[in-house]
Amino acid sequence: MKRFAGLLLAVLTLAGIVAAQGLLINGAGATFPYPIYSKWFDEFHKVTGAQINYQSVGSGAGIKQVTEGTVDFGASDGPMNDDQIKAFRAKNGTGILHFPTVLGAAVPTYNVPGVTGTLNFTPEALSGIFLGRISKWNDPAIANANKNVSLPANDIVVIHRSDGSGTTYIWTDYLSKVSVDWKDKVGKGTSVNWPVGLGGKGNEGVTGLIKQTPNSIGYVELIYAAQNKIPFGSVKNSAGTFVAADLASVSEAAAGASKTMPEDFRVSITNAPGKNAYPISSFTWLLIPEKFKDAGKRDALKNFIKWAITDGQSFAENLSYAKLPKEVVDKELKALAKVQ
Amino acid sequence: MATSSINVPSANPLQDSRSFLSRLRNGDEIARLITFIFAATVVLIVVLLVFELWTGSVLPRHKFGLSFFTTRVWDPIAEEFGALPFIYGTLITAGVSLLLAVPLGIGAAIFLAELAPQKISDTLQFFIDLLAAVPSVIYGLLGVFILIPVMREVIQPALKATLGFLPLFQGPAYGVGFFTAGLVLAIMVIPYIISVSREVLLSVPRDQREAALALGSTRWESTWKVVVPFARSGIMGSIFLALARALGETMAVTMVIGNTPTISASLFSPGYSIAAVIANEFTEATGDMYLQALIELGLVLFLLTFILNGAARLLMVLTTQRGSGMGNT
Repeated sequence: MKRFAGLLLAVLTLAGIVAAQGLLINGAGATFPYPIYSKWFDEFHKVTGAQINYQSVGSGAGIKQVTEGTVDFGASDGPMNDDQIKAFRAKNGTGILHFPTVLGAAVPTYNVPGVTGTLNFTPEALSGIFLGRISKWNDPAIANANKNVSLPANDIVVIHRSDGSGTTYIWTDYLSKVSVDWKDKVGKGTSVNWPVGLGGKGNEGVTGLIKQTPNSIGYVELIYAAQNKIPFGSVKNSAGTFVAADLASVSEAAAGASKTMPEDFRVSITNAPGKNAYPISSFTWLLIPEKFKDAGKRDALKNFIKWAITDGQSFAENLSYAKLPKEVVDKELKALAKVQ
Repeated sequence: MATSSINVPSANPLQDSRSFLSRLRNGDEIARLITFIFAATVVLIVVLLVFELWTGSVLPRHKFGLSFFTTRVWDPIAEEFGALPFIYGTLITAGVSLLLAVPLGIGAAIFLAELAPQKISDTLQFFIDLLAAVPSVIYGLLGVFILIPVMREVIQPALKATLGFLPLFQGPAYGVGFFTAGLVLAIMVIPYIISVSREVLLSVPRDQREAALALGSTRWESTWKVVVPFARSGIMGSIFLALARALGETMAVTMVIGNTPTISASLFSPGYSIAAVIANEFTEATGDMYLQALIELGLVLFLLTFILNGAARLLMVLTTQRGSGMGNT
């Protein structure tokens, strides 16, 4: 009993120390950057003592929660649209800023019996397949880009995400850019009205369906594909080269887009210029209110962002995220002054 | 009214503290009040649930009205929302599952309650209770990794070859779809049907059986013509429970149904259910209209459960009256 009391005292003292350092910042949002965010928050806590809680509830829920003020900051795989920013301003009387943190990409993955090598996909082939217009694997739109591969005359089974997700946002954002029909008929979003195909829940659901369904094609996050050693195809970029997604080609897409980067960082880098840029890439953003009531939270969060986009970037590649290009980091450091 | 039933026993001529103390001591009043509050909580929860779903779905109810029930489009970007494919998918999968599970479940319950030796019955009951406790995600995973390949490679081609002239068994066999979802649901609800039906059959009084046997019926006749009709309302209760579970099941269904809002006569076609689409899209739903359309789907599911349960109860009342009018043969 005495030992128990001692233990209790120790726990209480520890809790007291944590409370004294005291700063607890809450955030919520995207699931895609969760592995690196939790690593960053952990490292940041070790150095500064400030504790950042992050719930990976999804980009949509993150935007909703930061708008309603139930968390101090949000995170999203797609930038907030003008209506959402207006809603934030109406509710909180201040603006919201976007800070890119790392980069991700979506890759086409497939299961075609007899095909073992990497397939090449043109934008026309991908949009045609996902619109349901290209229904056979030996369609000239696919076959002409894969001269050395003998493709079967089987029906294509399209597999997409059934849950709302940032990966779907990147994928449909890309298809909207390369296909007018896709833009008019389907559009871009975390969930869309798919013209064809089956839905799988999560990256693992899509991968499972593809593995089990012969002649299928779908898309998953680059990180998921890399960690699970799932083979994926190359995509023809705007410069006309077929590029396989990797950390370098994704970073190059960001560098290509950084010259035309708008002040608010709300930019889509799908189909970005650059000879080796991977075309289905995207930033993921932290959503930070312009004004904070609590100066302590504000300074801690500003410190955190400053650290994450500079020194913190060294954690990115180990976790298969592509680093921010230097031009973007410089721009963001300037933009941090807007947070007050 | 419930309140008047509380007041009746307190209409005591002696309103002094002594009688209050005695009532307090023997506890009847307290027990009555507390249990009443517990019972009222159930009603309160249902009322709050409907209230929240109703007020949470103002935008789509005003925009789409009744066409929400008849529209086939679900387009979050154009903000066009219709519940028809989801209602269809929910009803079809629940229907298929009951079609498979009810005969199997009741048959098994009859064997366990009436025909099997006590030891075997108890052992099997243990396994059935175990099945009922398996989390639905496990059933979903088993569906994905075992059932779907078997369906695509073996069962669906076989059904196509033999019963392919029926529109029910046509179209490409993906493995996922209404049929697979119904099958997984059937496996999930069978333990409920067996467990509850067995208990009900066991509680049929002995003299019912003895009377039937004394009149010269065989063991099976006494079971089928006397014991089962006697337990009918309890067995129906087990089917309600199974139906409710099948309508609301989310995780296992979304893993095997294909998640495509389509309406097709073919059971092989991929589909979508109400619970599955809510679980899939709720977290990433941005925009009030989208979010509220999902909440309205929740309201529709509630309504569906309500109507189906009401209809089943009505059916039971009607059949029971007719049964008792004819008398047992």
